[in-house]
Amino acid sequence: MTTVAAKPEGVGTPPRRRGKSVLRHWQLYSLLVLPLIYFLVFRYVPMIGNVIAFRQYIPGGSIFGESWVGFQNFTLFLTDPNFWTVFRNTVMLGGLTLVFGFPVPLVLALLMNELRTRWFKRFVQTTTYLPHFLSVVIVAGMVFQLTSLHGSINELLSAVGLQKISFMQEPGWFPAIYVGSEIWQTAGWGTILYLAALTTIDENLYEAARIDGANRWQQTWHVTLPGILPTVMTLLILNIGTFMAVGFEKILLLYNPVTYSTADVISTYLYRVGIQAGSFSYAAAIGMFEALIGVILVVGANLVSKRVVGSSLW
Amino acid sequence: MVIPAPSALEPGQVASLEASPDLAKTRKKGGSLARTRGERIFGVFNVIVLLLAVAVTLYPVINVAAQSFSSEKYIDFGQVFVWPRGFNIDTYKVVAGDPAFWIDYKNTVVYTVVATAISMFLSTIYAYALSRKELKGRTFFVWVALITMFYSGGLIPQYVLVSGLGLTDTIWAIVLPNAISVFNLLVMKSFFENMPRELEEAAALDGLDTYGTLWRVVLPLSKAVIATMILFYAVANWNSWFQAFLYLDKSSMFPVTIYLRNLITGASSAQTSGANAASDLTAISANIKAVAMVLTMLPILVVYPFVQRYFVSGVMLGSVKQ
Repeated sequence: MTTVAAKPEGVGTPPRRRGKSVLRHWQLYSLLVLPLIYFLVFRYVPMIGNVIAFRQYIPGGSIFGESWVGFQNFTLFLTDPNFWTVFRNTVMLGGLTLVFGFPVPLVLALLMNELRTRWFKRFVQTTTYLPHFLSVVIVAGMVFQLTSLHGSINELLSAVGLQKISFMQEPGWFPAIYVGSEIWQTAGWGTILYLAALTTIDENLYEAARIDGANRWQQTWHVTLPGILPTVMTLLILNIGTFMAVGFEKILLLYNPVTYSTADVISTYLYRVGIQAGSFSYAAAIGMFEALIGVILVVGANLVSKRVVGSSLW
Repeated sequence: MVIPAPSALEPGQVASLEASPDLAKTRKKGGSLARTRGERIFGVFNVIVLLLAVAVTLYPVINVAAQSFSSEKYIDFGQVFVWPRGFNIDTYKVVAGDPAFWIDYKNTVVYTVVATAISMFLSTIYAYALSRKELKGRTFFVWVALITMFYSGGLIPQYVLVSGLGLTDTIWAIVLPNAISVFNLLVMKSFFENMPRELEEAAALDGLDTYGTLWRVVLPLSKAVIATMILFYAVANWNSWFQAFLYLDKSSMFPVTIYLRNLITGASSAQTSGANAASDLTAISANIKAVAMVLTMLPILVVYPFVQRYFVSGVMLGSVKQ
C-alpha cells in the first residue's frame, strides 16, 4: 500500500511523510491525464486554430495557416453586405425565440402547478417533455410534413376557406416556423426548473394568504410569483446571454436558397463560406466575431444577474 | 446539443436526486375543500388548456405515425391526420428491405455505444478527480473545463483540426470531438462531492488505492447518477447528425440520422435506396419519410417513459450551483 487514497490530515491517518502530495496521490493525478489531453486537443487547439483568421490557410497545410495576412479577413466581412444580412437574421431569430419562447414554459409550469390530479399532472409532464428527446432531424422532418402543401396545416387553412401557403418557400414565414418549432421542442422541458422552484415555496405563505381571504388568483400573484421570481430572473438573464446562439443545426436542415433572406444566420453562413466554399480563413474570422459577441453577452448577463438577482453562473 | 444549459438556483433549492417536481407535495389537498365557483371554472379551463398543450405536442408525432401506415395517395390528398388511411405495412417492408437503412441503423447503434462509453470514461475520471479535496489546483482544472463552455474554437478550426488529424471518414470523427459534455461533467462532480467522506476514508483503511476506491466504492454507490449520465450521452449521440454530416463521406458509414436527413431534404444518395418504391424519383414519398422517422425515434419513444425521471433528476442536479 504505497499510495493511500487521500484523506484529511489527522483522523487515523497512518503516519506518513508530508512528502510531495502529487507523488503520494499520483493515481489521482493520473485520472486527469486523458481528459486533459481531450480538452487540449479538441477544445483548446481549435481556439488557437482561430489564428487562421489572421493567416492564409491552405487546405491540407498546417492547421495554423501559412503566412500572416493581418485583419484583412475582418475588414472583408465587415464590408460584406451578406454578413450584415445574416447578422440581422441572427438577432431577429434569436430575439423572437427569446420573446415568444421564454414566457411559455413559465406559464405552462404555473398551469401545471394548479393541477390537483396527480396522475394527470404527471401525464402532462411526460408528454410535453417528449419533444426534447427527439433528434433535430426528426423535428425538421415533422416541420416539412406539417407545412407541406398537403400537410395538416394547409389542410386546416383550406378547410376554413383560406389559400394554401408553401410555407418552406416563403421567406416571410421562416421566422414563425423556426420559433414555433423551437417552442414546440423546448417548452415542456423548460418547465422543470420552474416546477422545482414552485415546490420550495413555503406552504405557510399560502395558508396565511387564505386566512387573509386571498383567492387562488391573488395567491398566485402575491405568493407564487414572488416565490419563483429569482428563478425566472436567472433564467431570463441566462437566455438573454445566449440568445445569439440560434439553432444552427435546425436552420441548416430547414432553410434553402429561397429563404436565405430571413433564414440564413451567422453560423450557417460561415458554414457555407468556410466548409462548402473553402474560404476557411474568412469563415474563421466570422466565427471569431460571433464567439466574441457570445462571450460578451454571457459575461455581461452574468454580471447583471449577480447584481440584480444575486445569483450567477460562477 | 440536447444537453440543457445549466442555471443557477439557490443552493439547496433542489436538494435531492429523488425530489422530482411532480411530487409537488400535498399542498392542494386542504384548499380543495373550499373551492369557490371561480376556482372551479378556472380548474376546468386549466385542464382544457393543458390538454390542448398535450395535443399540440403529440400531434406531429401521431401524424407521422399515421402517415407511416397510410397509403401514399391519401397522404398526397392531405387526408391523413391522426388515423391511417388506406392502412398498410408495405412501406415498412420497403424501408426494412433497404440494406442501406439497416447498415446506417447499425452504425448509429455502434456510434452511440462507443461514444457513450468514451464519454462516460472520460467524464467519470475527470469528475471524480475534481471532486477530491486533496487534488492540488482543483480550481484550475475546473476552469479548464468551464472555459470551453463559454468560448469554443468554433466550427471552422474544429473542422480543420479533425481533417488535419486524418479522422475524416473514421468513427473517431464522430465519437471523439464532443466526448466530454461539461454540463454532465459538473453534474457528476457535484454528485461525487456530496458523497460522505467517511466512505473513502474507510476504503483507504481497507488498503484500496484511488483506482480501487473509485471502482469498488464510489461507482457502485453512484448508480443513479451514472445511469442518468449514460442516458444523457446516449440520447445525444443517438440523435446527432451534424458531426457525421461534416466528417463522413462514405455512405456505408452514415448514421441513420443522415439517412433520414437525406430522405427529408431529398438529397441524392438516398434516392437510390429508399426511393425505389416511390412513384416519382424527384420526390421521395411522404410515407417512406414517415416510416424512416418512426423507426429512428422508436428506441427513444420506447424507453422514454421509463427513464424520463432520470433525466429530470439529472437536470435538477445540474441546476444546483456548482
